[in-house]
Amino acid sequence: MEHTVVSSSKFNAWFGDNHVVKDVSIGIEKNQVIAVMGPSGCGKTTFLRCINRMHELIPGATTKGSMKLYDDDVYTMNPIWVRYKIGMVFQRPNPFPNLSIYDNVVAGYKLNGLKMPKAEMDQIVEKSLTSAALWNEVKDSLHKKGTFLSGGQQQRLCIARAIAMQPEVILFDEPTSALDPISTSSVEQLFHELKENYTLIIVTHNMQQAARVSDKTAFFYLGELVEFDDTKQMFTAPSDVRTQNYITGRFS
Amino acid sequence: MTPLENEIAGVKRELISMWILVQSQLNKAKEAMVKFDKDLAREVLIKEKRVNSFELKIDRDCENIFALHCPVAVDLRFLLAALKINTNLERIGDIAAGIALYVVESSVNFDIKALESTSLIRMYDEAVNILIDTRTAFEKEDTELARSIFKRDDVLDTINENAPVTVAEVIKGDMNSIPEALYILSVIRKLERVGDQAKNIAEEIIFYIEAKILKHLASSQKMIDGEEDE
Repeated sequence: MEHTVVSSSKFNAWFGDNHVVKDVSIGIEKNQVIAVMGPSGCGKTTFLRCINRMHELIPGATTKGSMKLYDDDVYTMNPIWVRYKIGMVFQRPNPFPNLSIYDNVVAGYKLNGLKMPKAEMDQIVEKSLTSAALWNEVKDSLHKKGTFLSGGQQQRLCIARAIAMQPEVILFDEPTSALDPISTSSVEQLFHELKENYTLIIVTHNMQQAARVSDKTAFFYLGELVEFDDTKQMFTAPSDVRTQNYITGRFS
Repeated sequence: MTPLENEIAGVKRELISMWILVQSQLNKAKEAMVKFDKDLAREVLIKEKRVNSFELKIDRDCENIFALHCPVAVDLRFLLAALKINTNLERIGDIAAGIALYVVESSVNFDIKALESTSLIRMYDEAVNILIDTRTAFEKEDTELARSIFKRDDVLDTINENAPVTVAEVIKGDMNSIPEALYILSVIRKLERVGDQAKNIAEEIIFYIEAKILKHLASSQKMIDGEEDE
């Protein structure tokens, strides 16, 4: 489909003999926010990491099945290029501690030896920080270390770093679980703004967050994709009893 | 049981208690009307305050659950339905009190023959039975029984539609019975609304259990909705 950005077909992932993701087929449309939820150990984070091939960095990890970015098979693409196009933000804010705010934003370019005129780099920094709703807070201290920022600001800096590479998709692995409610709220607000230009896939344990921020929700259980539907439908009348039991807290 | 399940079970228990009270109010108002028992009618008026208290308590409990537990899926649907059922029951309570008030204010007692010729007694019994069955449907989560309410309400509608003619007959038989006949007409109108409230409740029961919205559908469609899917 023209609007499908990421799609998987009968996708499986293993850690050694442990079959973690089982026959997952899903199509994710452009400019949508997708929440991925499920109990601990259900394979949701592994599936997320398989989308940009972070999974394969772990020894003994294997995959089978198809994972595509538009029509391109992610697993035949250059993994570096895959991670340009599919950025990732992690649970804990992880700005490079020795780099300034400015250098953190363009770290992807610098670490990969991509050179460009300073004016162009300045533009990328401003645009990325503006998109991450951080520019006004840090524009006068761009050359201070990123670690001086608050937790919420650091997470938005990491989002700016992902945006700077102009990805198609940004993966978020529990992006607000280490943040206070105010910072969480600002990051959630950011999701609404980012979806204008990017497709966001967010793993979250916070069901209210999934309900608040996402257009569609995927529910994983024991490695299977049990249900993938509009978030409103999922939280009012889920079609699978396992989904209902999970979101109503009847099992964990 | 999770804390949320406990809270929801508590709301369910309260609603059932309110249902039993409202049903008792309707029965007592009928008995007061038939026996022209003003004391019993006054008792209904006094107990109306208890119905109102139930309504406020259930509203508040639902509000607290929404605020503290963020319910979703079947829990969310139950609470939305509970709020509406609560309102409908309170209105039925108002109707029972309204009928009791007629008895208290009336200077002449109702003629049993007039009550029968206008089918008021039959209508009253059917309205109470419908209310009992909606409660059973709610308690047992029986959507088939809930669906049967839509058809049974037709009986009440028919008696209500015929009321201008049957009440006119009472007046023609005895011109002195005009005040009494007008009371009878008013009670028939009130009981027709009990049927409507019971239908609303049946719709909420089906919404809560099956996640199907039947509002504004014709009765015949409500009866068959969902059965084709099964």
